[in-house]
Amino acid sequence: MPTLAETQARFVAALRNRDTAPLPLVLGRDGEIPALRFDVYRNNVHVSLVNAIAAAYPTVERLVGPDFFRGMARVFVGEALPQTPVLLDYGAGFPAFIERFSPASTLPYLADVARIDWAWHRAYHAAEGQSLTPRDLSAVPAEHLGGARFTLHPSVQALASPWPSLSIWRTNRHDDEVRSVNLRAGGEETLVSRPGHEVGVWHLPNGGSRFLHRLLAGETLSDAAGATGAEFDLVTTLQTLLTSGAIAHYRF
Amino acid sequence: MTAQAEARRDPTRGVGPSGARAEPPIPASAGVGLKPAHYRDILEARPPVGWFEVHPENYMGAGGPPHRYLEAVRERYPLSLHGVGLSIGGAQPLDTAHLERLAALVRRYQPGLFSEHLAWSTHTTGFLNDLLPLPYNESTLAHVARHVSQVQECLGRTMLLENPATYLRFQDSSIAETEFLEELASRTGCGLLLDVNNAYVSAVNHGFDAADYLDRFPMEFVQEIHVAGHVRRLDDLDQPLLIDSHDTPVPDPVWILLERALKQCGPQPVLVEWDSDIPEWAVLMGQAERAQHTLERCHPAAYRHHANAC
Repeated sequence: MPTLAETQARFVAALRNRDTAPLPLVLGRDGEIPALRFDVYRNNVHVSLVNAIAAAYPTVERLVGPDFFRGMARVFVGEALPQTPVLLDYGAGFPAFIERFSPASTLPYLADVARIDWAWHRAYHAAEGQSLTPRDLSAVPAEHLGGARFTLHPSVQALASPWPSLSIWRTNRHDDEVRSVNLRAGGEETLVSRPGHEVGVWHLPNGGSRFLHRLLAGETLSDAAGATGAEFDLVTTLQTLLTSGAIAHYRF
Repeated sequence: MTAQAEARRDPTRGVGPSGARAEPPIPASAGVGLKPAHYRDILEARPPVGWFEVHPENYMGAGGPPHRYLEAVRERYPLSLHGVGLSIGGAQPLDTAHLERLAALVRRYQPGLFSEHLAWSTHTTGFLNDLLPLPYNESTLAHVARHVSQVQECLGRTMLLENPATYLRFQDSSIAETEFLEELASRTGCGLLLDVNNAYVSAVNHGFDAADYLDRFPMEFVQEIHVAGHVRRLDDLDQPLLIDSHDTPVPDPVWILLERALKQCGPQPVLVEWDSDIPEWAVLMGQAERAQHTLERCHPAAYRHHANAC
């Protein structure tokens, strides 16, 4: 009699590979070869995991259409099972997978659009946190502001893309009819935050995501701004951070 | 009848191993599986449902709207946690990180009941997200019993174990499922969750009589019942193959089995499960009403007081 570990290893091999039979472990109703019965388990595993990917990447699904999406996600699921039973955490590697999935190579911005979906998903489930208002920050004398260090809301994520990925994401996520986006319009940077109950997505000035990552690393405001170059629009970036509730605390 | 079983038959007292604890126990009435699509309907209309059940794995994010809604529902209704990720029948050791996440949710939401499945879903290659079947023999019985005891120790409470819906059986199964569950409950002190849809699905798939399965089921350990829908297919040999899909109304044969089960195990919490192609709230509410009527028809004396009060 095989051990339970041997039985389950064989069962999983047959689940994951159509050419591997689960026999002679299992029987159907009358001891027949239960191919379709075993397919119920195969189908449950793969369809439910594709559904989990679809739940996290609704904008990508709309952009490429459900058939292409499910085919692509099925290949991803075949390569990488979840490593925990918490499916909310499954699919972080999907954007990187899209980058090397050759049937999607005609859509070079698709991985970056997927990264915005994933940031939205993470923000939705992120821990609660405080958000400073513009008034809170106005209490800081202007001459001291440059020395301030910020703690950001746990939901905050910043992304930079060489494509107009945010414009593509927005129209596919929100518009009844998808608008065309000029792919030569240049790169876009994106801020995702969930200040209260709802996840929001904002456009960041160029260099904004670099600035934000430096703030996250604990640099002062002036050091973080100095590292982004002379053309960096600090005022608009700070306004966006405050509007989006991205700043939780400041300290000196 | 034992004092414990007697207490369980009083629907106003609630049931479950946690009856003496601070958390509201799950009443012997109809409950519904809570879905995000219905959060607002439920919080705005406060429908007369006895209790709600959720899959704890869906609430293992750090924060955000899911927890906010679940807390609001929990303030208004008794809550049961029904795990789908522990892989109690898995050959490998239980995932202690996952157990710790469950323990944290139990501390946070103080559920009236915690249940899991007689199945496995995790292998060394990862989590398969399905409730996979298990051979029933002395070796697997001892193994699953150790896992159940470990869960109960970690959570500091007794759990319920649910009978699975299966499509295949194993050559090296030597113990009947009902006997396997009875032995598990006796050895570990866990309770049982009787899913009558699973009983029906397995009965049709394996060609046995579902009523006979219920007659053999160790009803003295049952503390919760599930009903759900399934779809009908044919297998390779044109034999009926029912799939436990949870995406339809509860079919008539399952309602009939529910009545039979309730007459055998007394008034129990009855959950309506609907997990995909989720309909509007009114449809689920209608299913819950039917479950409640079934409870009251089977045990008129137990609900007379309740009915007068309405």
